[in-house]
Amino acid sequence: MTPPAATAVDHGHVTVSAPAHAPKGGLGHFLSTYVFSKDHKVIGLQFLFSTLVWFLIGGLLALAVRWQVAWPWSDVPVLGKLFAQEGGQMAPEFYTMLFTMHASVMIFLVIIPILAGAFGNYLIPLMIGADDMAFPTLNMLSYWFMWPAFFFFGASFFVEGGAASGGWTSYPPLSTNTASSPASGWGQTLWLLGLTMVGVSSMLGSVNYMTTIILMRAPGMTMFRLPMTIWGMFITAILQAFALPVLTAAGFMQLADRTLGTGFFSPEGLIVNNAVPGAGGGQPLLWQHLFWFYSHPAVYIMILPAMGMVSDILTTFARKPLFGYRPMVYSVAGIAGLGFIVWGHHMFMSGMNPALGITFMVSTMMIALPSAVKTFNWLGTIWGGRIQFTTSMLFALAFVSMFIIGGLSGIFMAATPVDIFIHDTYFIVAHFHYVLFAGTAMGVWAAIYFWFPKMFGRTMNEFWGKVHFFLTFIFMNGTFFTMHILGAVGFPRRLADAYHYETFHHLQPLNAFMTWCAIGMVASQIIFAANFFWSMFYGPVAGRNPWNANTLEWTAPSPPGHGNFDFQPVVHRGPYEYSVPGCEKDHLMQTDPPNAAAAAAALAAH
Amino acid sequence: MRNRLSGIFWGLLFLAVPVLGVATFAVAPAFDHWLPKDVSTHGTQIDSLFYFILALTGIVFVVTEVLLFWFIWKYDAAKNDRPATYIHGSHTLEVVWTIIPAATLLFLAIYQMNAWADVKMRRPDMPPTVEVVARQFEWRLRYPGRDGELGTPDDLHLTNDLHLPIDEDVLIQLKSMDVLHSFFLPNVRIKQDAVPGMKIPVWFKAREAGEFDIVCAELCGWGHYKMKGRVTFEPRAAFDAWLERKYAEQEATQPAPEAGESLAAN
Repeated sequence: MTPPAATAVDHGHVTVSAPAHAPKGGLGHFLSTYVFSKDHKVIGLQFLFSTLVWFLIGGLLALAVRWQVAWPWSDVPVLGKLFAQEGGQMAPEFYTMLFTMHASVMIFLVIIPILAGAFGNYLIPLMIGADDMAFPTLNMLSYWFMWPAFFFFGASFFVEGGAASGGWTSYPPLSTNTASSPASGWGQTLWLLGLTMVGVSSMLGSVNYMTTIILMRAPGMTMFRLPMTIWGMFITAILQAFALPVLTAAGFMQLADRTLGTGFFSPEGLIVNNAVPGAGGGQPLLWQHLFWFYSHPAVYIMILPAMGMVSDILTTFARKPLFGYRPMVYSVAGIAGLGFIVWGHHMFMSGMNPALGITFMVSTMMIALPSAVKTFNWLGTIWGGRIQFTTSMLFALAFVSMFIIGGLSGIFMAATPVDIFIHDTYFIVAHFHYVLFAGTAMGVWAAIYFWFPKMFGRTMNEFWGKVHFFLTFIFMNGTFFTMHILGAVGFPRRLADAYHYETFHHLQPLNAFMTWCAIGMVASQIIFAANFFWSMFYGPVAGRNPWNANTLEWTAPSPPGHGNFDFQPVVHRGPYEYSVPGCEKDHLMQTDPPNAAAAAAALAAH
Repeated sequence: MRNRLSGIFWGLLFLAVPVLGVATFAVAPAFDHWLPKDVSTHGTQIDSLFYFILALTGIVFVVTEVLLFWFIWKYDAAKNDRPATYIHGSHTLEVVWTIIPAATLLFLAIYQMNAWADVKMRRPDMPPTVEVVARQFEWRLRYPGRDGELGTPDDLHLTNDLHLPIDEDVLIQLKSMDVLHSFFLPNVRIKQDAVPGMKIPVWFKAREAGEFDIVCAELCGWGHYKMKGRVTFEPRAAFDAWLERKYAEQEATQPAPEAGESLAAN
């Protein structure tokens, strides 16, 4: 088992300070420990709590969107009173703002920061055996740069005209031209400023993650002994560092178009809403290229860490080594590499040269390949295992099951002729919700249930965890699977009311069904929230290693003190040595001394 | 015992994914929740490609989801005492499940190119039948006047009421006055963004008469949802008659333009 502190002293590697809970007291101490902390764990938890709050806000925005789609122009409960415009009805510009902000919040304030910010921060030093990040101050700043973003996004709801309503893709001239819609005044400017701040935060984080993973691994932790979680975080950090500057630059160009009168994205001779805007000479398609050059890799930023965490959770609860570790690593790298040359598939219908569309179609088809390889390897991982149905495992299995759907539905859009029909319909809405909600969010829940004992020293309630899983799983599929069917009819996204079209007038009952499912899905999260906060204080106390897992974080105390390890971890093997034949326990931790393994292997040979 | 039941329960839940998934797609067409009627000549190519991918992904979907269910069912720790298999992977399997999907995807990529080229690249050599200019939140139409040329003073100007002949190629010149829009004809399997500053050609051949929706499929502002037009396909004779009637109506309401006066500014 894990060498406790006493054994560690014998190794003579003790470098770590005692837990920093000296009774200093005072406001300064409180601020430096819990608010402006440079400890990666506190920063990780700060990210986690902030993003969960935004997750709730994003979810409620989604419900309001669903309300309008199911029962257009009917009085909105609760929200109608808060934002009453035409009686209790929703105005179409309000609806436009809702889906814009739902997507913006979910992508920029939830998914990206919860994966890289919360789990990346919390897990990277612990899983590689470091006492903290390479640059703790940068790390603290990466969290505090999120606050201007929170402020800009939050405040934009209350400025004249409301928050941004040009879609999360913010295509000009709709977004650059202040005459083009009621909300393209301050709302859009604040949106751009918020986006920039999220970018700064991500950039600070990614530099830190790369440096930490390259330079601060524990003795014996070679790159190919890293858990998949760390590989996911590492590749994600590289993607962010190389793709983000393009978005930041594009954001500043759009900001200049809006406030300084430049015309990067506006052509000559534009007449919007009977107003003639200023300088022209630009190109709306330029924004789309720059935006998707970041935002397509961002799709992988939003899934690779989840893939990594799910890989680790599947092996732990299948009690089996990961099937095809190296192919898994290579496919993550392959996804990241190809991820830079597929952005044009968002633009098949944009007016971009159709011949260029063919190039992007081929690269897009090929990026399905590493995803397929990963799926087969996950199936290989649970094959022949001894599966324990913990809540965490159920969410991880759901990730695999749902990612299959999200991955396969992508092929429809990648096929350019089919995309002519289903582009900008609910088919694509189904696709990215299967990847991002049914995929990444399942991975995030799996990770929360899995690492909660490490974070808070207590395990979450398994029974209520499973109830939460069951309800979320059912309602999620009720909400999103049916979107494929809407898409097959051609039902367009982003329409406040589509039922006046002859082609779509009969789709209201199906939409009402989906909205009921969505309400159920959000309501089920009450169980999660209650379980989360109750378990934080009253859950059963977890030891260092409640799941009998192999990776380094499980050798540290739960929760780990400042400096993480109370001994110097030395790594002797890869992270997935489960069920080694001849070994009396079914797992060999990365720090277990090699003689035990050698003895086991010798026994097995006999 | 309780543990064993829980394994069975979760196994069946994951089995429900392929069962209900396939059922949803099987039942939807019966309720008319399916691809809308197609009246174009190229639409068959798109629809059959859709069905081909549906069959292909359907098979992969069922096989992988059933495997997932089967492994969950069979390798439940509460069900057997056999230790987990100690295996780190299989080179042969990796090669097999890399090469087969790669070949399939490459085939799919090459197979579809022709359909794409037909709809977006092999533009018929003809003058535009009509110019469609998108604007918040309407479709402005401009037919060439009696002289057969766009951009001359006798052009016919209409809004939202597009008429086109069937059984012959039509070429639409698509423009936008203000923001992005997308010209979507669900029943003709046509979609093309309208981009300010660009003239984008759109062509197709309708093979059946009827009246259908024109949908805006790219967010264009608060009134995006109501940017609706109608397209009427009719035989050439009926189309010509309609065009003639519209010319007459327009001429009755406006004085003949002076020679040299430019109403044709773009």
